Amino acid sequence: MSRNGTRGSNRRLDVRKTYKMLIGGAFVRSESGRALDVEAPGGQLLGHVCRASRKDFRNAVVAARKAASGWAGATAYLKGQILYRAAEMLEGRASGFQEVLQSIGLTPAAAKAEVSQAIDLLVYYAGWSDKYLQVFGAVNPVATPHFNFSVTEPMGVVAYVAGEKRPLLDLVSGIAPIVVGGNVVITLSTSRASVAAMELGEVLETSDFPPGVINLLCGLREELLGQMASHMDVNALVLQGGDAKEQTACREACALNLKRFFPKEVNEKENEDPYRILDTVEIKTTWHPVGG
Amino acid sequence: MTKTSTTIGSDWGYAPAPESADHFKLKDQYGLFIGGKFVPAASGKRLKTINPANEKVIAEVADGGEKDVAKAVQAARTAYDKVWRKMSGRERGKYLYRIARIIQERARELAVVESMDGGKPIRESRDVDIPLAAAHFFYHAGWGDKLRYAFPGKSVSPIGVAGQIIPWNFPLLMVAWKVAPALACGNTVVLKPAETTPLTALLFSEICQEAGLPEGVFNLITGAGSTGAALVNHPGLDKVAFTGSTEVGKAIQKSLAGRGTRLTLELGGKAAHIIFEDATIDQAVEGIINGIYFNQGHVCCAGSRLLVQESVEEEVVTKLKARMESLIVGDPLDKNTDIGAINSKAQWDRIRDYLKIGEEEGAELFQTKCSVPEKGYWIRPSFFTRVAQSHRIVQEEIFGPVLAIQTFRTLNEALEKANNTPYGLSGGVWTDKGAKIFKVTRGIRAGVIWANTFNKFDPTSPFGGYKESGYGREGGRHGLRPYVELS
Repeated sequence: MSRNGTRGSNRRLDVRKTYKMLIGGAFVRSESGRALDVEAPGGQLLGHVCRASRKDFRNAVVAARKAASGWAGATAYLKGQILYRAAEMLEGRASGFQEVLQSIGLTPAAAKAEVSQAIDLLVYYAGWSDKYLQVFGAVNPVATPHFNFSVTEPMGVVAYVAGEKRPLLDLVSGIAPIVVGGNVVITLSTSRASVAAMELGEVLETSDFPPGVINLLCGLREELLGQMASHMDVNALVLQGGDAKEQTACREACALNLKRFFPKEVNEKENEDPYRILDTVEIKTTWHPVGG
Repeated sequence: MTKTSTTIGSDWGYAPAPESADHFKLKDQYGLFIGGKFVPAASGKRLKTINPANEKVIAEVADGGEKDVAKAVQAARTAYDKVWRKMSGRERGKYLYRIARIIQERARELAVVESMDGGKPIRESRDVDIPLAAAHFFYHAGWGDKLRYAFPGKSVSPIGVAGQIIPWNFPLLMVAWKVAPALACGNTVVLKPAETTPLTALLFSEICQEAGLPEGVFNLITGAGSTGAALVNHPGLDKVAFTGSTEVGKAIQKSLAGRGTRLTLELGGKAAHIIFEDATIDQAVEGIINGIYFNQGHVCCAGSRLLVQESVEEEVVTKLKARMESLIVGDPLDKNTDIGAINSKAQWDRIRDYLKIGEEEGAELFQTKCSVPEKGYWIRPSFFTRVAQSHRIVQEEIFGPVLAIQTFRTLNEALEKANNTPYGLSGGVWTDKGAKIFKVTRGIRAGVIWANTFNKFDPTSPFGGYKESGYGREGGRHGLRPYVELS
């Protein structure tokens, strides 16, 4: 991301990029018309990103809810393929992402590592798509003539607040286990990490995710978190990082509709953990009759 | 050819068949069970526990307060640090096996006390509550030394001290659901039974003594709501497990919000029970009866909303009425009784309020004509027709023998109505088509779905809710998760 540069001997003027959020498969600006400056670590202006409003979040919930049953009903094979497709798309744009990450302060080595990890993580969770039910489901030997089994089912609409430390990886690490579990997701990225998030939107949109399955917002954590925690049509809230005070407030607000709440500081080692899929799925047990 | 016939007299009824209560003796007073000993409450206060079938006092129990809770949590902490967490899973399991055996041996005593204290029919406490409680200990006992197989790829350790609060509808069974997995996984427990049904939990404390369970591993604090609040608010707990109303569950989540205490909630429900026209109607009617009138309807997963396909509505309702008229309401200790006493005066008032609300909302009430005893708290089996989805009797949990009947035309309409409440604990479907069963059970947003049956429970079968019915599972491999730390 370069703000002021011109390139080449003919001093051609760069075409700059407008960063837009992804809601319901459309790239949109905030309905509020507000924006935030994004600065490079040196202080120079890199560009602007949207400052999502609470209304943007509510719109995203509507879009996500619309997509929820379709995605929940998609076959595990298809979900896995789409996640793998996202890895392919990201691989194809790896060098671009490295530049973006460097522009917001990562060293070239760190940027390269982060992009590789993000791609591999998508492949990792793509592979879980048609396996986690086999590992985490159960057939239960009840003492009556019933075929009793427990399966995972998606919770529905999940909100995910990404951290800022690893702008791309954090986001992918949050999204992958949520969507592989059959949920739809609305993410919030903040500060400089927003740039990586908005870039990722372009990757996800070309990965065959149905519109609304992944919705990417950027804005201010303190402005939106309350709405995310208290929204009555959100089934779960996953938080990367955050302090105790923030978690307490979220937990209280989540009690409104008993949305599931998972505040976690997921480190790099924990990124690859199929038990994270379990956070945002429910266990359903069915008693099916046996007999004529 | 001679034709023979038998004329059955009009009073071909059931003679009383009371279960005897002379094979055991209850104490007049019970203390709290802390550190392996029965002790009075620090305040010296006591509560009376009443037989809801005759309003007579059965015994007095200690009314635990903050000081008692602190002592119990300390005892549980000491037991956890010094004994229980260090013990091999195999040895822990063997204690649970012992407990299971003693419950079986004292089964009839426990069943009778359960019926006296809570009002449920003896047939139910004898055939459902107590055997299932024993089965829960048997099942979980075996997990003690096998936990690493329950969570592939993870190492498993206990959490610490669990505070557990249970309701009055299945008193001993809820003790088993809470205590068996906690102990099997290496945690210690402070448990608070419901105010109106403390007795079998007290007998369970005796059973722990008899089993030689190390002191402090299981502690019992009897009392009312304030005692439960004192337990939840004690900072020494690593884990809180609550079964009860959604309202209280939400309050507990709020009060624990600032602490790291883990929480699982098993809360209310308003289960849809869907009857398709291709169901075996006679069996479905039995299922409806079992779904809503089992345990006086004091069941969080009760099938309290009947959704019947329009084409068979008349047949179902006619047969349901006929079957309901044969239900015997009365003495919980009589072996013929189908529906016992409402658990408490407070619950009795609440149910009668809802009967009024339903009529005021414009629904039509049907109640059976059976006789009920003069003393005690009784509600005749009841249902409402002409109800709308928005009616309070459709949206809110009544926790009594009151059914709301709605109709539907298509499968999708049934699912839409089924899912249109804040709850998601259970659901049921009756149809003769296997494929339809799977379609409906997948479509209902709830944690437990019964097909061509209802209100079945098993220790191997995970139980718990979606949405505002709470989170966490009890029973089965999934029921271990709330009681272990994975790394």
